[in-house]
Amino acid sequence: MGKQVLLIEDEPNIIEAIRFILSRDGWDVRTHSNGQDAFEAARARLPDVIILDVMLPGKSGFDILTEIRADPALADTPVLMLTARGQKKDREMAERAGASQYMTKPFSNAEILETVRQMVVP
Amino acid sequence: MAESSIIGTRIRERRVQQGIRQSELAKRVGISPSYLNLIEHNRRKIGGKILNRLAEVLEVEPSLLAEGAEAALIATLNEAAAGRAAPRAKAEEFAGRFPSWAQLLVDLHTQNAMLEQSVRTLTDRLAHDPHLAASLHDVISTVTAIRSTASILVETKELEPEWQGRFHRNINEESKRLAEGAESLVRYLEAAPDTQAEIKSPQDELHAYLDEKGFHFPALEGDASEAAVEVVLDAAQTIESEAARQLARSVLRQYREDAIRLPLKQVLDAIGRSGLEPGLLAGDLAVDMPTLFRRLAMLPEVEIGPVGLAICDGSGALIFRKPLPEFSMPPVGSACGLWPLYQVLAQSHAPVQALVRQVGRNAQVARALAVSEEVRPAGFDTPALMRAHMLVLPVAGVAQGAARDVGVTCRICPLSGCAARREPSIISGGF
Repeated sequence: MGKQVLLIEDEPNIIEAIRFILSRDGWDVRTHSNGQDAFEAARARLPDVIILDVMLPGKSGFDILTEIRADPALADTPVLMLTARGQKKDREMAERAGASQYMTKPFSNAEILETVRQMVVP
Repeated sequence: MAESSIIGTRIRERRVQQGIRQSELAKRVGISPSYLNLIEHNRRKIGGKILNRLAEVLEVEPSLLAEGAEAALIATLNEAAAGRAAPRAKAEEFAGRFPSWAQLLVDLHTQNAMLEQSVRTLTDRLAHDPHLAASLHDVISTVTAIRSTASILVETKELEPEWQGRFHRNINEESKRLAEGAESLVRYLEAAPDTQAEIKSPQDELHAYLDEKGFHFPALEGDASEAAVEVVLDAAQTIESEAARQLARSVLRQYREDAIRLPLKQVLDAIGRSGLEPGLLAGDLAVDMPTLFRRLAMLPEVEIGPVGLAICDGSGALIFRKPLPEFSMPPVGSACGLWPLYQVLAQSHAPVQALVRQVGRNAQVARALAVSEEVRPAGFDTPALMRAHMLVLPVAGVAQGAARDVGVTCRICPLSGCAARREPSIISGGF
């Protein structure tokens, strides 16, 4: 049984591409595309890894990450943040909010695969 | 400066030479005889407009009357050289021997300052423009989807036909979106430089308008109705943006109220009795200082000469600025922390009066008077809103020593070792 990754992202074609790449690698990929109840989705699934987009409809990825880190059941779950902006400020904000990894769009498939694999290796 | 204090004497000599009586010259220039008398005795400095009119009537080149032209040239040369490895002491010699080259250098320096200002405005715009940020985000999202999908198509061995078809469709869809996004971005960026108004802030627009009107509105004098404000606004062609119109509306409404409290004739009569002495005038007219300051700054210059005014809100940002030739005010943001203006924000009940000298400019002394005003009193849940007013008056032929050295704003200030500095200067080797 593959490990589970929860992808919180709102662009359907990015979701499809990432889902495809990770599924082929043996991951069980679940997706969620709304910021408002993303935390509840994570709480219900308790995935092994979370991929979280910064710009989401309804709520910012930073706020969702803060909620995740404040929850005992999710506090240690590795989170990969995705953002369209490579600004230093965003990276700092992500680190402060508790992101385990940070990646700027556009990324390569190999990059995202390798990063996600690394994140669950004990 | 010695040069400028001789202007009056030179005007008097020229007038006598032409056989014109003082009252007649005053009439032809459109200023009061008593004001001309003060000018001729070097007790009032005069601005460009009046000087030009005097020169016209006296049939001489304005620069011949001023002869401060060369001094101004040298001062700007020194300003241009400040902080660079240029031989400062020789500016006079340079200007004397190669006046046209010196003028060229000064023109380039001025142009440079204007360009710097534009770059700053544009940088601000790029960093804070929500439309631009949203468009770029869109483009990057699309590119991300395309890149990921394309590499799946290329790199996946033995991709099932249905997946293949699906990804091809996705790429097609996303590339259409990308084309539209890129096109709208280009349209947006291309449209920007067309309109000068877009790089100007509403504050800039407001001040360009006020400046054009000489900060005086005859239509709002007397018991002007509130509708008169709208009539004036409707005729204001310099104002393009709605934001600037709103700012202008509030300035003009205030003007109208001030004009009702202090009718023009009453103020001018009081100045005739007490001179341009705000302390005496406030008592004479039984009015608060902020109202008096605003009124003085917006009286016709031909009647009382140049008067400068800066108003800032509690954050220190200048919300109204009427500079003088001898006292500049920054077009954006807040000014020099050493200005008396900010002193009265900190100690709101103690008015401040000081002689100030802006270093780096023509380094002339001006008299600054500052008071603060509580625009809205504090409540239990709301802070008091403060506003500070600083009136700036030219000083004629004063001893230089006692003035406080201040700047315009840190970026262009050459003062070294200043405790009030908040950012490095671009002219004292800040780079």
